[in-house]
Amino acid sequence: MNLTLKVWRQKNRKASGKFVTYKTDDVSPDMSFLEMLDVVNEGLVKKQEEPIQFDHDCREGICGSCALMINGQPHGPKKATTTCQLHMRSFNTGDTIVIEPWRSVAFPVVKDLAVDRSSLDRIQHAGGYVSVGTGGVPDANEIAIPKVIADEAFNSATCIQCGACVAACKNASAMLFVSAKVSQYALLPQGQTERYERAQAMVLQMDEEGFGGCTNTYQCEAECPKEIKVTNIARMNREYFNAEFLQDKKAHV
Amino acid sequence: MSNFSNTFSSTLGKKLIMCLTGLFLCSFLIVHLTGNLSLFKNDEGLAFNQYAHFMTNFTPIKVVSYLLYSSIIIHSVFALFITIQNKKARPVAYAQKSGNGSIWSSRNMGVLGTILLLFIVSHMSSFWYEYHWGETPYVKYETDLNTGKTITTEISASDYIEYVSYVNNGIEITKSKNLYKEVATEFKEWYLVAFYVLAMLAMSFHLVHGFQSAFQTLGWDHSKYKPLINFIGVWVFSILIPIGFAAMPLYFFFK
Repeated sequence: MNLTLKVWRQKNRKASGKFVTYKTDDVSPDMSFLEMLDVVNEGLVKKQEEPIQFDHDCREGICGSCALMINGQPHGPKKATTTCQLHMRSFNTGDTIVIEPWRSVAFPVVKDLAVDRSSLDRIQHAGGYVSVGTGGVPDANEIAIPKVIADEAFNSATCIQCGACVAACKNASAMLFVSAKVSQYALLPQGQTERYERAQAMVLQMDEEGFGGCTNTYQCEAECPKEIKVTNIARMNREYFNAEFLQDKKAHV
Repeated sequence: MSNFSNTFSSTLGKKLIMCLTGLFLCSFLIVHLTGNLSLFKNDEGLAFNQYAHFMTNFTPIKVVSYLLYSSIIIHSVFALFITIQNKKARPVAYAQKSGNGSIWSSRNMGVLGTILLLFIVSHMSSFWYEYHWGETPYVKYETDLNTGKTITTEISASDYIEYVSYVNNGIEITKSKNLYKEVATEFKEWYLVAFYVLAMLAMSFHLVHGFQSAFQTLGWDHSKYKPLINFIGVWVFSILIPIGFAAMPLYFFFK
């Protein structure tokens, strides 16, 4: 396959980046998108040039490290697929592919296509946990959970924190991510103790990181590699408004 | 943990303000359209002028109308704040960005809303301001209650002291400001008619996203009610109501 790549190159956080065009003609349609970039990088190294920096880890679609904006779509054109699971057969020979980093004030570019997504970690730290007793091993299935609730919580928990929702959103909003994390605990009995404080703390941290607001365009849902639903955002809204308006935080004495 | 001002300064709180003011404005559309249907009545504007008098003088309606004006202002000001904040969230724009999964309206609510705000300002200065403080003409209707026939005569400002409606010798006499004539005259201007139709098109696109979006913001996405909300959003608020309103200038233009 012959491809023309327009890749965002940026030396470091402070430098201003620009697009650099690379032509490549030894791409197999069976390569993954990241393997294609590996081949391009090998060529660059041979020419004593700086290779293109991009994030990757498991290459199995489960870690959420790979994060590339490919032709204006996070993780490229294939539905429910991470960049590492995207194969070059999804493109045609002769195509021009524009590759950009995630763009958000909360995701500063580290170098080239790699961005710092620790803002998502800080949101998790703010409330994405449950308090559990550390006593003996509890019996399996001790807590009864209806199947539909378990399924719903599991669907929310499949979020891999890749940040594609932020990248896809026209407002660079992180609400799909935050709502998935709020939901997975809010639905289950184990998450009830911190239920309302969690929604408040995570939303507060999300706002502090500078993410935009949700305007319900639902692009996040369309681009999410794990198909997290915007139902989560509605649930987060309920949790948050419930916490802000209805929960009494003081005991009646 | 927080008080109301903190709640409403969060991204979710601002969404809630947009949602509640937006839904209130939607509910007003139903009232406004229903009342204004009297424009289509072939009675030289008697019913419409009576309705206009009622809407501007009945105290509960007056209270609601101030809520309405403030809703328009709050909805616009918050939209501006939110847009500025959202632009700040992505300082470097993408070279290429797909709109996959979203409808055009949802990505252009600001543009559509700006057209609507310009329309509201123009609409209110044409009719609302003119009716209250401008030079609206006056009219006298004399309806023979036995035959049902109405004689309409334009009267001068000196013949009009205040709105009256009484029966004298089997003839119902109504003296009122003639907003109907104001409407009929204004809608003979082609550019105004074109602007009104364009604005209603903008409203249609604004509400096809806005109505269902408000319920999503409220967290009301129950699978039982969602189809109904979507149906009302599309058929009532972005088809029926805009068509109803757009029909008014067109009716007077071609009359």
